[in-house]
Amino acid sequence: MAAEHSAAGAAAGHAEHVAGPLEVFEIKRIIPIHIGNLDLSFTNSSLFMLIAVGLVTLFLVAAARGARLVPTRLQSAAELFYEFIASMVRDNVGSEGRQYFPFVFSLFMFVLLGNLLGLIPFSFTYTSHIIVTFALALVVFVFTTLIGFARHGTHFLTFFVPQGAPKLLMPLIVPIEVLSYFTRPISLSVRLFANMMAGHTMLQVFAAFTVGLGAFLLPLGLLPLSLNVALTIFEVLVAVLQAYVFTILTCLYLRDAVHLH
Amino acid sequence: MDEREPADPLKALGERLEKARRGREEPAATGGGSRTGVPQNALGLALRIGLELVSALVVGVGIGWLIDRWLGTRPWAMVVFFFLGAAAGMLNVYRAINGLGLAAGYRRTPGEKTAGRESHED
Repeated sequence: MAAEHSAAGAAAGHAEHVAGPLEVFEIKRIIPIHIGNLDLSFTNSSLFMLIAVGLVTLFLVAAARGARLVPTRLQSAAELFYEFIASMVRDNVGSEGRQYFPFVFSLFMFVLLGNLLGLIPFSFTYTSHIIVTFALALVVFVFTTLIGFARHGTHFLTFFVPQGAPKLLMPLIVPIEVLSYFTRPISLSVRLFANMMAGHTMLQVFAAFTVGLGAFLLPLGLLPLSLNVALTIFEVLVAVLQAYVFTILTCLYLRDAVHLH
Repeated sequence: MDEREPADPLKALGERLEKARRGREEPAATGGGSRTGVPQNALGLALRIGLELVSALVVGVGIGWLIDRWLGTRPWAMVVFFFLGAAAGMLNVYRAINGLGLAAGYRRTPGEKTAGRESHED
């Protein structure tokens, strides 16, 4: 009951200035900075990235300070995250993957916090912007490709030559393989962005229904409201799941670069 | 008699340590697919298939367009890369469905069985 009341408050708050469902995704400049033709303004998106990074840092530093053999609650929470990512890297990349653990861990925490922070009313979800997820995916893509070349040299290019295919077909197969490789950053970024954006749009639409129907006939407004409560829970699941998917795909790309079969 | 006693637990511990250490060395490619898998529902699969198909086309057409702009061969590179992109998209889908995962080429990691990696991704 209490949850429904607070959700009602949140929903009403969102749609007060009867908002289009896409208004939550609007970028607002907080501190305008223009250098030359570049707009480098500090926006609400940057603000929430900073908040996410700050929260993660605070959480981990606080958990690691005065680390004990028998962990405190905070410490075991941090260890949970650590163990989760460490075993993911170990299972998917192997022991050579351990050196890339900091990268994978930071990526996971950043995406996870971005997804989860966005669920707080009046906050901003930076992972619901394709440019942010694409930049993240591009970093992963370039990083794994560089690792592949650093580890295997030009031998990494054999990655694009399937074994046992007839030589005659090579001019056709190799470009297709290369193209298929280049789709990685796109599918990686679009998956995260689309999931976050779709979920938040849906929440907004139902929140607007709540206000509209509630003004018409109060009990009717409870219908979309109860749906929104369920959707919010579902969105938490999606937020965690998508952060997980993003990270595990990064691990798989790393594995391809490290092992080259 | 009493000195003999600690030797055995220690040896057992050593064996267990050894086993755990060996488990760390290799990626769990051998049948480890389901362990790391995301629960895969029909909607997730459908979304993924669509995404694979479209993103390959986008990349193909994009590269073709860039080559055209660079070499001034207006429609031709784009046409060629449109079809290459379509083929790459179908290849991606084929791999996704067959559980060959994301790897280019048809090679599998040595120990990998047919179960493959389909469940790694949603």
